[in-house]
Amino acid sequence: MSAAGGTLTAGVGAAGLAAGVAALGGGHWSADLPWLLPLGGVRLEVDALSGLFMAVAGAVVLAVAMYAAGYGRASRTASWVLPGFGAVLVLVPAAGSVSTFLLLWELMAIGSLVLVLGEHRQRRAVREAGVWYAVLTQLGFVALLGGLALFAALAGGQTFPELRAAAGELGPTWRGTVFALLAVAFTSKAGIAPLHAWLPRAYTESPDPVSALMSATMVNLGVYGIIRFGLDLLGGGSPWWWLVLMGTGGVSAVYGILHAAMASDLKRLLAYSSSENMGLVLVGVGAGGLFAADGDRRLAGLALAAALLHLVNHSAFKGLLFCAAGSVVRATGVRDLDMLGGLRARMPVTAALFAVGALGAVALPPGNGFAGEWLLLQSLIHGLAVPGMATAVVLPLAVAVIALSAGLSAAVFVKAFGVGFFARPRGEAAAGAEESPPAVLAGMGLLALACAALALFPGELGPALDRVVIVAGAEPAVGGGAGVRLRTVSGGLAPLWIALALTLAALATATLVRLVARRPRRTGAKLWDCGGGAPTARMTYTATSFAEPLQRVFQHVLAPEQDVSVTPVREFAYLEERVRFRHRVPDRIEHRLYRPVLAALAAAGRSARRLATGSIHLYLGYGFFGLVSLLLVLAVGW
Amino acid sequence: MSVIGAAAVAVQVGGVVAGAPLLCGLMRQVRARLEGRAGAGVGQPWRDLRKLLRKEAVTSLGTGPAFRAAPVLLVATTAVVAALVPLASTATVVSGSSDLIVVVALLALGTVTLALAGLDSGTAFGGMGASREMTLAALVEPTILVSVFALSLPTGSTNLPAIVSGALSDPDRLVSPAGLLATAALAVAVLAETGRLPVDNPSTHLELTMVHEAMVLEYAGPDLALVELGAQMRLTVLLGLLASLFAPWGIATTASAGALAIGLAVCAGKVALLGAVLAAAEVFWAKLRLFRVPELLAGSFLLSLLAVTASYFLSGA
Repeated sequence: MSAAGGTLTAGVGAAGLAAGVAALGGGHWSADLPWLLPLGGVRLEVDALSGLFMAVAGAVVLAVAMYAAGYGRASRTASWVLPGFGAVLVLVPAAGSVSTFLLLWELMAIGSLVLVLGEHRQRRAVREAGVWYAVLTQLGFVALLGGLALFAALAGGQTFPELRAAAGELGPTWRGTVFALLAVAFTSKAGIAPLHAWLPRAYTESPDPVSALMSATMVNLGVYGIIRFGLDLLGGGSPWWWLVLMGTGGVSAVYGILHAAMASDLKRLLAYSSSENMGLVLVGVGAGGLFAADGDRRLAGLALAAALLHLVNHSAFKGLLFCAAGSVVRATGVRDLDMLGGLRARMPVTAALFAVGALGAVALPPGNGFAGEWLLLQSLIHGLAVPGMATAVVLPLAVAVIALSAGLSAAVFVKAFGVGFFARPRGEAAAGAEESPPAVLAGMGLLALACAALALFPGELGPALDRVVIVAGAEPAVGGGAGVRLRTVSGGLAPLWIALALTLAALATATLVRLVARRPRRTGAKLWDCGGGAPTARMTYTATSFAEPLQRVFQHVLAPEQDVSVTPVREFAYLEERVRFRHRVPDRIEHRLYRPVLAALAAAGRSARRLATGSIHLYLGYGFFGLVSLLLVLAVGW
Repeated sequence: MSVIGAAAVAVQVGGVVAGAPLLCGLMRQVRARLEGRAGAGVGQPWRDLRKLLRKEAVTSLGTGPAFRAAPVLLVATTAVVAALVPLASTATVVSGSSDLIVVVALLALGTVTLALAGLDSGTAFGGMGASREMTLAALVEPTILVSVFALSLPTGSTNLPAIVSGALSDPDRLVSPAGLLATAALAVAVLAETGRLPVDNPSTHLELTMVHEAMVLEYAGPDLALVELGAQMRLTVLLGLLASLFAPWGIATTASAGALAIGLAVCAGKVALLGAVLAAAEVFWAKLRLFRVPELLAGSFLLSLLAVTASYFLSGA
């Protein structure tokens, strides 16, 4: 990437971060620029809710700009699109009218598509991923356009204050229709199942800095849309909206992490984990909306704060993980975990930074994902105070979903880190890996610092989160301070103290062992392996074998495909010439939902071909009959 | 207050570290007697630990920092859990941050570090053990957290000392359907978390059936001592947690030295009793096939879900 492009992108990120932090601090400003565009003009409006998403996007853009500058290898197109894409990412939450929002949203879609296609000359799969991404994004945009046009027409105005004022007077059916259309658009952008099909492809095949940028910022905007339009502008709604959201979020969380557990492609694994985390965020947002719809604004504030905290944490650790995966791909050219291994000695800094990100992703203390999930569990547990059969059934299931996805994500990241970085290299590519240049490491270091700060001082975000949930129509629930203190229900979390206690206990244990031991010097010895002696690298456990027990446990959900074909030597039934074994775990939703639709579309296209035989006479006949039938319809109708 | 509170934490951690090998020895002894053997005596695990600690520390070639740090981290996470959980007293200096979800997460952290060490060794058995352990850990998690949900409902908080003192002041909730179902669910989860029969056999010598033991095959000397101590401490803490949650009588609720001493003695008695019962039961159980274990865990998950719904519907809300 060119130095100018990198500096520009970093500047955009820094500006976004500064503006976002100012808005989170309580600032509120708006700007009307009617001269900038014909028809609607441009209107920008920034409050605390916008500020949070601007700050997250800005921080990630800044770090990724640094990373991309060191990463190199970007095409000239990419280095000029990247600053613009960064600016759009920061600006989408600042949109203050329907036309501005739609314009920025579409710019974001086009910019990301250009970036995803960055390596289309090198790999065929990139083109396929680009087509999937383009189609699903544009379908989402159609839904968004329909929903927002309907909303603006019903409200009789298109600026956000006008929409907010008019939303109360709309009938429940209209509000439900608007929300359903918007929910389709926004959940598809957030990569929620069943509209997630673009995500594993686009993240896997796009250039590494772009995957980091998209996974850490763009998916967030789907959640922004749901909160902004569902809770703020539409002012909440009936409970079924939010129950449906919680349901899809929960399905997405479990489905996403199960596929991550099966994936042996490092970037595909991270992509599916994004689908999982966005699902968890959606469970939180859905719970918030549900509590608000039942009139409990304090619990709604708690659930929303939990969802937003998890979203911020996810941006930090997922950006870091994608950057670290990119650093590995840059050094080895391999994404397949089964071919990696032994990187901890060859790329120690990348390995350490990946560990920081993975610790966040498994949501265990002292990682940064823990505080968000803890808060989410607290909000669900206390949510049972809200009366109603729906809460009594949904909340325990939601807790179980979060627990299962947390447990599976532990397995996923043990696999990713343990198989990818530990033991010995399984191929020449991994054996010859070298550490990435300092600028790449510095970009990742920034994200790792953010992870560490979020892990140890999540409470510092408390006041900002409180301002955000007020915008969404809920009451503030999280107090400030280093740890997390809940205002409305009893409970608190002090991650700094947990981390200190763990360090202290580890130091004490190590010291005691050293005091007791008679022979403090360590000696090296060959691996024992139950007497088998040191195994070769090909004999170590791979990612596929690591995932095998989980695949067997969940085989009814995953429906793995296995294919063995044996070619015997001619005339010798027992002597085999070749045995071919194929095994894969296809995305079942994609197979069952998308393939039939695609097949039907293709069949319709083929049968329509019979109408167009190439004869001019026939086409003139079509024109004649078309005109006559139109005139007949008009004559009968009027 | 704070002196006794701090002493309570020290007593709990010290008691768990000192008592865990004894509990293990007791369980082995009970088992040996029931099987008609003489047994090695209650103190044998302590003698084993002493022997291992005095041996030379050996690092397998080709392993890295994760392999070396895992035993220390395993013991450290369990020690922090022992400090947080109200075993002998609910009035400790850390009772404010003694959260049930944090406790569960810290135990999971110990599992994760050991699984990473198994993969770091680069042997087939290490990887196999890590893979199985993480699979089971993932499946246990829903049971544990939904049981946590059920337990925290009457108190309205996931704070452990609050739950325990709430149960003390209102013992009816322990014998309510919700309480009993949660007990059963959590008991199965504890068996799985500590790698006991029927989920895993801690005294197996057949590598192909191992889960937890397969991960730690490469350890020797002081590292092995720490791994064994860590596993024993986990069992002690989890049995103690079960005892405090479902039979909280005798635990110290005030910060006085006398109450603390009584609490410690009662806790030791309860844990020893639970351990003896578990050991006696294990004589009659066989290990389940690995792929039958999910059925057991699904059953326990169902129990925990029933516990939540029972406590919701039977409380008349």
